[in-house]
Amino acid sequence: MTTTSAKDTAATAAALALGDDALVLSHRLGEWAGHAPVLEEEVALANIALDLLGQARVLLSMAGDEDELAFLREERAFRNLQLVEQPNGDFAHTIARQLFFSAHQYLLYGELASGDGPFAPLAGKAVKETAYHRDHAEQWTLRLGDGTDESHARMQRAVDALWRYTGEMFQPVEGVDVDWTGLETAWLEWTGEVLRRATLTVPEGPRTGAWTAGAGRQGLHTEPFGRMLAEMQHLHRSHPGATW
Amino acid sequence: MATAAARDTAGSRAFDARADADDTADHERAFDAAVAADERIEPRDWMPDAYRATLVRQIAQHAHSEIIGMQPEANWITRAPSLRRKAILMAKVQDEAGHGLYLYSAAETLGTSREELLDKLHTGRQKYSSIFNYPTLTWADVGAIGWLVDGAAITNQVPLCRCSYGPYARAMVRVCKEESFHQRQGYELLLALSKGTPEQHAMAQDAVDRWWWPSLMMFGPPDDESPHSAQSMAWKIKRHSNDELRQRFVDICVPQAASLGLTLPDPDLKWNEERGHHDFGPIDWAEFWDVLKGNGPCNEERLSRRRRAHEEGAWVREAAAAHAARQTNGETGATRA
Repeated sequence: MTTTSAKDTAATAAALALGDDALVLSHRLGEWAGHAPVLEEEVALANIALDLLGQARVLLSMAGDEDELAFLREERAFRNLQLVEQPNGDFAHTIARQLFFSAHQYLLYGELASGDGPFAPLAGKAVKETAYHRDHAEQWTLRLGDGTDESHARMQRAVDALWRYTGEMFQPVEGVDVDWTGLETAWLEWTGEVLRRATLTVPEGPRTGAWTAGAGRQGLHTEPFGRMLAEMQHLHRSHPGATW
Repeated sequence: MATAAARDTAGSRAFDARADADDTADHERAFDAAVAADERIEPRDWMPDAYRATLVRQIAQHAHSEIIGMQPEANWITRAPSLRRKAILMAKVQDEAGHGLYLYSAAETLGTSREELLDKLHTGRQKYSSIFNYPTLTWADVGAIGWLVDGAAITNQVPLCRCSYGPYARAMVRVCKEESFHQRQGYELLLALSKGTPEQHAMAQDAVDRWWWPSLMMFGPPDDESPHSAQSMAWKIKRHSNDELRQRFVDICVPQAASLGLTLPDPDLKWNEERGHHDFGPIDWAEFWDVLKGNGPCNEERLSRRRRAHEEGAWVREAAAAHAARQTNGETGATRA
C-alpha cells in the first residue's frame, strides 16, 4: 500500500513535470501565430505547438484534471523547465530553444518508449512527433548559423543566451526511469555536432546557474513566467466553475 | 479542360496584326465556348486579359483575407479558457495559414508571385475582407467568427468550387471542407456559452450582436452597386449575386440562432411567407464603405502587424536563401561573406 502510493505520487509528479514542459512551450509557440517570418513557419510552429499541447493534455490528465492543473495552479506549483518558459525573442531564440528542448525530448521519449513504465504509451507516439520537431529545429539552426552574417550572429547570440538553461534538462525527475547521465552525454554530442555543422561555436559557459540547477522542477521560475501565466489563466479564473 | 479549339489555336502564332486579331477572335470564341460548356479553364489555356486580372485580384484578396484573418483569432490563442478550446483554435489558425498558401499557389498559376501579391497587400494596393477589421473583444467572438464569419465565407465559397478557373475551384474544394469544420466548431463554442452561466450567455449574445451585421456585409455591396458582378457571372467565376447569397445566409442563420438560444440584432427580421425567405433590415452601407476605405476599428493595426511580421522576418528569409544558394554551390560555412 505504502509502496504503491509512493510510486503513484512519483508518477503523478513526473507526469506533471513532463506535462508542464509541453504545456508551457506550446503556449510560447502559440504566441508566434500571425508573427512568423514566412507563411510556412506559421504552419510549422502552430503544428509543433499543437503536438506539444496534445502531449501536455495526456500527461496532465495522468496527474489530474487538465484544465484545473493548467489554469488554477499558481506559478510556484508549476514544474516545467526554465528553458521552455523563456520568451520567444527573435526567431533565432525560438529556434535555439526548440533545438535544445526537442533534442532532449527526442532522447527522453525514445528511452521511455522502449520501456514498460507508465509513460511508454505516450512516449511511443510523442517520439515520432518529436523527431519532426527536432528535424525542424536542426534545419533552421543550419540555415541561420550558416546563412548570412546577421543570421549567424543572431543564432550564436541565441545559443549563448539559452545555454545556461540546458543543464536543468538532465536533473533526474523522480518517477522517470531513464539513464539521465546517458541522455546528457547523447544530447551534448548531438547538439554539439549540429552547432558545429551550422558553423556556430559550442558555448563554453556553464550549463546551470545558481538559479537554474533543478529550479523549474522545484517551482522556482524566471520573471517572464508569471506574466505568461497571468495571460493564460485570466479568462478561466474570471469565471469560476464555468465549463467551456 | 478548355476546348480542343482553344488548345489548337494556341499553337499557331500569326506574324501580322491582322492575323493576330483573327487569332484573338478565335481564342475568344474558344474560351467563350469552353465557359458556356462548363469546362474548366486551366493555367496554360488562353484567357482574356481581363479574366486573368479579375481572377488574380479575387484570389489574391481571398489569400490575403486568410492571412489577415489569422490575427483576430490568434488574439485569443494565449487566453483560451480550456486546453481543448486552445487546441481547436490553434488548429484553426494553422488551417488558415494553409488556406493562404493554397490560394497564393492558385494565384501564381496566373503568372504572378506570392512576393508580388504580399507586397501589394503590404502597400494597400490589394484588399482583404473588411470583416477582419473588427476587433475580437471577448472569447465569445471566437465562436461568433466561426459561426457567422466562416458561415458567410462558406456560403460564398461553396459555389466557387464550380468556378470556371480550375486551380481556384480545386483550392476551394479543400478550403470549404476545413471551413465547414471550423464553422461547426464555432457554433458548438457558442452553444456551450449560451447554455453556460448567465455571464457566459451574455458574452455569447454580445458577440453575435457585434458580428451579425459585419457578416452580412461580407457578401459585398448590393447587386446594383457591384461593379464586377455581371462580368464575373458571365465568366462563371461567380455563380450567384451578392444579394442572393446574402439572402441564403440569412435564411440559414435564423433557425441556427434559435437553436443556439440567441437572438439576431435586427428588429425587422421576419419570415416572409410570400417570398419564402426572411426579410431583414437595411445594412449600414456607409459603415461598409468606410471600413473598406481603411477607417474600420482595426485596419491600421492589422496591416501594420502584417508588415511588421514581414519586415522583422526579412533576415530569416535572407538567411534561408543564402544557405540554400551555398548548398547548391557545394560551399561550406567557411565561405560565408
